[in-house]
Amino acid sequence: MMPGSMAELLFDSILVLTLLAVALSILALRQAFAAVLAFVTYGLLLAIAWVRLGSVDVALTEAAIGAGVTGVLLIAAASRLRRSIPIADKASPGIPMRIAVGALCATISAALVAAVLHLPTPAPGQALAAVANLPSTGLGNPVTGVLLAYRAIDTLLEAVVLVLVLLGDWSMAPDGQWGGRPGPRLAPEVNGPLGLLVSVLPPVGILIGIHIFWIGADMPGGAFQGGTILGAMWILTWMAGRTAPPHTSSERLRLVLVVGPALFLVAGFAGIVFAEAFLAYPEGWAKPLIIGIEAALTVSIAAALAMLVAGWPSREAPR
Amino acid sequence: MTYTLHVLSIISISAGLLFFLAGTVGLLRLPDTLSRLHALTKADNLGLGLIVLGLLFQAPGLLGGIKLILVWLLVLFGSAATSQLIARLARERRSSR
Repeated sequence: MMPGSMAELLFDSILVLTLLAVALSILALRQAFAAVLAFVTYGLLLAIAWVRLGSVDVALTEAAIGAGVTGVLLIAAASRLRRSIPIADKASPGIPMRIAVGALCATISAALVAAVLHLPTPAPGQALAAVANLPSTGLGNPVTGVLLAYRAIDTLLEAVVLVLVLLGDWSMAPDGQWGGRPGPRLAPEVNGPLGLLVSVLPPVGILIGIHIFWIGADMPGGAFQGGTILGAMWILTWMAGRTAPPHTSSERLRLVLVVGPALFLVAGFAGIVFAEAFLAYPEGWAKPLIIGIEAALTVSIAAALAMLVAGWPSREAPR
Repeated sequence: MTYTLHVLSIISISAGLLFFLAGTVGLLRLPDTLSRLHALTKADNLGLGLIVLGLLFQAPGLLGGIKLILVWLLVLFGSAATSQLIARLARERRSSR
């Protein structure tokens, strides 16, 4: 074995063992907040694992959505739970039930391991076809080709689901608060660390968010990763009290939330008329259409993720 | 030339890792929130700086190098601001006790 690959094997082994240890600690930790921090750590380590596997697109998404956004949402949930129910209350299952669940999980894991180990080499898949047909889309990143051309229907549904999730969240609002502003009222902070962060970071963050969306056509990046960064910058201005989350009844907000999925749907139906099928792109129009849809998606995803973090409307309901 | 660059990278990244190790020991061993933060941010910022310096010797081009430095600056800025926020929270909790 080469010395280089030996070092890689050592690194990967440490990474996998650490991943397993952190995954176990998520389950073992009895405090919700500590478990959430372990979950975020797990997501970041998993992102490194995806880089090691050569899937930089997945790594970016895992770091942004899996560790970042999900982490923030879970921290908010944990702090709400702390006020109501203690974790692992008396109704936790008995020992026979735990053994049964453990055995079931172990069996499924063993079956998955066996399936992965018995994959033929090269593994069957559409990877070669995806790369071979990429020139017809005008894109340079095969992952974006899969997400926006070959399997555009999946991405369309994901974008719609995000809007539905936000609607579900909003509908938790008590009667009389519907249409109000989500989140607590915060006094603007001018001098402190948040004031400094909000003065310096958003211009850089917005540039990086747009860059990551734009570069997604040819290199790792895309609407979800870029949108997450843009959403984070918006949240930062709320935290520092410079802006407040908009009323959920705001028509401008609702327009921004649906523009991505709506444009995607319109382009999809236009495919029936101008190309062969739903979500098919006319010859030579693939790349501009994809970039346009991704741009609108980025804006919608940024707004939806930020509003999810803000939570359901809780104050200043409109008359 | 590449040999010298590799050696410089190894020295710099190893020194950076040493700072990370020291910071982690500080995080685990020091008695209260403020001194733990002090150990962590100081060590991490300098440690990451040295690792970025080591990676600069391997950077594919000028643009790649600038991106690496930008990453370091953003982490520096972010961790400095967050540690201030955590420190403020720790002080408020202590005084409210």
